[in-house]
Amino acid sequence: MSYVHVDNLVKQYGNGDASVRAVKGIDLKIQAGEWLAIMGESGSGKSTLLSMMGALNTPTSGRYIVDEIDVYALGQDERADFRKNFLGFVFQSFHLVPYLTVAENVMLPLVTVRTNRKKKRTLAEEALTRVGLTGKGERLPNQISGGEQERVAIARAIVNRPPILLADEPTGNLDTKTSREIMELLQALNSGGMTILMVTHNPECALYARRMLRLSDGLLVQEEETQKGGEGYAAREGQKMIPFSEPSTFSRI
Amino acid sequence: MTLKDIAFHNLKRRKAKAAFVFVGLLIGVSSVVAFISLVDALTQNINHKLEQYGANILIVPKTENLSLSYGGLSLGGVLFEMEEIHQGELGKIQSIKNAQNVAAIGPMVLGAVKVGKQRVLLAGVDFEVSPILRPWWKVKGTLPEKNGVLVGSEAARVLGVEVGSHLQVNGRDLKVSGLLEETGSQDDQILFAGLSSAQSILGKKGRISMAEVAALCSGCPIEEMVSQISQVLPGANVMAIKQVVKGRMETLDHFRKFAYVLSAIVVLVGGLVVLVTMMSSVRERTAEIGIFRAIGFRRSHVMRIILLEAGVVSAMAGVLGYFVGLGATKAVLPFFAEGHGHGIEVPMDPLLAGGAFALALVLGLLASLYPALLAARMDPNEALRTL
Repeated sequence: MSYVHVDNLVKQYGNGDASVRAVKGIDLKIQAGEWLAIMGESGSGKSTLLSMMGALNTPTSGRYIVDEIDVYALGQDERADFRKNFLGFVFQSFHLVPYLTVAENVMLPLVTVRTNRKKKRTLAEEALTRVGLTGKGERLPNQISGGEQERVAIARAIVNRPPILLADEPTGNLDTKTSREIMELLQALNSGGMTILMVTHNPECALYARRMLRLSDGLLVQEEETQKGGEGYAAREGQKMIPFSEPSTFSRI
Repeated sequence: MTLKDIAFHNLKRRKAKAAFVFVGLLIGVSSVVAFISLVDALTQNINHKLEQYGANILIVPKTENLSLSYGGLSLGGVLFEMEEIHQGELGKIQSIKNAQNVAAIGPMVLGAVKVGKQRVLLAGVDFEVSPILRPWWKVKGTLPEKNGVLVGSEAARVLGVEVGSHLQVNGRDLKVSGLLEETGSQDDQILFAGLSSAQSILGKKGRISMAEVAALCSGCPIEEMVSQISQVLPGANVMAIKQVVKGRMETLDHFRKFAYVLSAIVVLVGGLVVLVTMMSSVRERTAEIGIFRAIGFRRSHVMRIILLEAGVVSAMAGVLGYFVGLGATKAVLPFFAEGHGHGIEVPMDPLLAGGAFALALVLGLLASLYPALLAARMDPNEALRTL
């Protein structure tokens, strides 16, 4: 069975004549350690699909299964735990908390994890080192550049070592050079076995992924494998990353 | 990094909002503290005054006759067949439920005596308790000891005696140790001797004509005390001098009710200030809450952050509110209390301090509960869209 299974997901906003079907039934199978790029015009449903795959947006119908866990069959609290343990989010506008330092922002996903302060700080420092921000932990988000803020967002997304990284336009606000650096960083994470789902408008960025999906009007209209993104995937195919602190309460199908 | 750190960081960042919540609670709590401590201080003030009024319960023998005197003017011709109370029975008063409110018991024996050609009323009293029972007495000379007598101003004038003079009372020689300055009461016409001396002169050993009781009545269960004394002294008629006590306590009771209603209104307004401010704070933080939820915070975690913030501010407002309220009471007391509140203390009351702290905490948390619930129930996807 695939690591991530999207089974006929539908999302409809509103009711009756005023209703809008943002996603009209999408099926996907994603293997552990894969990198998928989701492309499409504005309003094609890619962000809605990503939010549903981020366990943030309950679908109107269909199932979303990760590591044999039926995500939307979970209760609210369990779903929050699922997000904490399985998912890392990188948002387009970084979404850093302005009154927390860089290190504190990175530590946010660890706030509800039962471990001591020292361990949390060590994990945050490791994540910051991994994204090339060693020594910048005490700065506030407004004291670093846009590229650095994106790196902080990535460090925050990976600090609890989630198996899946969801990135929504991760280079949308960055220049070409910085975009490339961020893509190389994601590539390194993917090489380490992290499954990446990335929404992007940028075809160059999409080429880093193993598979490119194109959405149009809420439907999956095109799917192709890229040559570059496939590199090294065969070697790690099927290898699952183990969540940092998965509680044993998740029931599996 | 913990939920507490997030709450503290946010408080530091949103100082103006935190200050607004703080001031709202501070006004509410300090008002309640001020009202309560002011009522307490005024009660203390009234009790202090009551002590100055002396005796407020009279114990007289039961009689079937009605008095034919009014305002000190006797309509004469009617003889009262006086019965007496046994002095030993007065000890029973110390066994009543409110015995701790009894400040002094003054037994008194009365009888007519002959001084020269004049018939004068002789009263035997316990001079040890007279400063409590008759605080208005001003004595020229000293209070009498054995074989001494204190003479009322009018009696002294009629009898033509001075301090140091000797009087033959029913054939017994008594030295005038002091003269009573004019009181404007019946006391001016009486000779006062020690209780046992008077009982001996009047031939009423171990018996008394009446007794006066000074009750310090905080909250003043004066009528209850009258009933309790009546039960232990069934042969006596116990009466309360109620007018002064009742009038003052009723006024204070009205003020207390008014203060409580006003406190409730101020607390309600304080709670609304907290509610509105916390609601606005939560709305401002929609995106932030969306991030928290997206990275795996449970609803309860979000609630705890909001309630922690409210709790910290409330606790601070509770502590400071107590002292501000106490200070306010001290400041306004001279305008409310008689004698400009001199001699009235507004002490630190641990119970009131604890109550103020608890009130601030409960009020702050209750008023923040709805905003916290709102924050916790926020759809993370919707919240992130606001970014």
